[in-house]
Amino acid sequence: MTAIEYIVGLSGLLVSALFIYGLKGMSSPVTAVKGIVTAGWGMAFVVAVCFLQAFEVPEDVLPHLPVNLGLAVLALALGGLWAGWRGRTVEMTAMPQMVALYNGMGGGSAAAVAAIALMKHDGGTPLHLGVTVTGALIGCISLTGSLIAWAKLDGRMPNPIRFSGQKVFNGIVFIVTLALGLMTVVTQVQGTPGGDLFALLFFAGALLFGICMTAPIGGADMPVVISLYNTFTGLAVGLEGYVMSNPALMIAGMVVGAAGTLLTLLMAKAMNRSLSNVLFSNFGATSAQAAA
Amino acid sequence: MLTSMTFIIALYIFMLAAFTGYVVISRVPSILHTPLMSGSNFIHGIVVVGALTALFSATNVMEQVVGFLGVLLGAGNVMGGYVVTDRMLAMFRPSTKKPAQAATDKKTAS
Repeated sequence: MTAIEYIVGLSGLLVSALFIYGLKGMSSPVTAVKGIVTAGWGMAFVVAVCFLQAFEVPEDVLPHLPVNLGLAVLALALGGLWAGWRGRTVEMTAMPQMVALYNGMGGGSAAAVAAIALMKHDGGTPLHLGVTVTGALIGCISLTGSLIAWAKLDGRMPNPIRFSGQKVFNGIVFIVTLALGLMTVVTQVQGTPGGDLFALLFFAGALLFGICMTAPIGGADMPVVISLYNTFTGLAVGLEGYVMSNPALMIAGMVVGAAGTLLTLLMAKAMNRSLSNVLFSNFGATSAQAAA
Repeated sequence: MLTSMTFIIALYIFMLAAFTGYVVISRVPSILHTPLMSGSNFIHGIVVVGALTALFSATNVMEQVVGFLGVLLGAGNVMGGYVVTDRMLAMFRPSTKKPAQAATDKKTAS
């Protein structure tokens, strides 16, 4: 290992500890503010240290490095400033849909990481590719699902979309997407030309399934659904952390995955509903009427 | 970064992290459910580090475009998650501690 690899690795270790400490703080009203500030400093630190990697890229990347660095800074500035400005200015009642929006962005980012890993074609093991594709699937579902949840809570999509045979339709979309994912892995392992088409269709299918899964759920159930997609993004990040051999991503992602699962179940329980009831029976409209 | 991490070690890390997440969140008061969801939303924003690493190693335009999108979305996740959590938790802040901050929060909230 080189010195930079050591620094980046140790910064990941430090940030994992800060995240867990911060999350622990956030689970009590007294220490909650300190918790998020701790996690925030950790994040700023690890993003800054990440730029050290630019000093030791492989030979074939060197000519592209200035452009890559420029794009990275531009993307960080644009994404960060826009989200920070929106988060500050939006009214307090609109917070839940902003959480959904930002969560969807995280899912999309994990899917993008998976997409680049697939585009590299550096012939990973079937297991490695399988994890990549699974992370991409979960990330894509989280992206479009969160966007639909955001649209519903923001009043842009007032009525749930329901039609007869919807569950069968959704099931077919899911199975086709899984099959495409499997084909993506197989073509990547064998190096078949034209395998990229399967990957492209797989991403389209996963994005479509996120929409199909969320569209029939009523607006009153959205907090539980957002928490579920938060869990999904966490899991996707954890899996892509394995793909990128970055333990910090694995730990942060899986901690969020586990905490999010528990949180989702707690929130469903607070509504006197089971999670499968929220997801698969279209009671959202009924409970919204009952609450009104 | 580890270069020779086996799948089994990855499973160990996942198992320990999952338990950590479970233990940290269990017995949390229900008023903190939404801020915690937002806080964990911020924490998985660390995916931006993965996206940055991927973008740094991009060698063609397509990879650069996808990498740019990944970093853009990840940065939005990080900043948005932090700001929203901070604003939610400002409601738990003792009002004497930072009166200026509380005042601006109230102004934007109303």
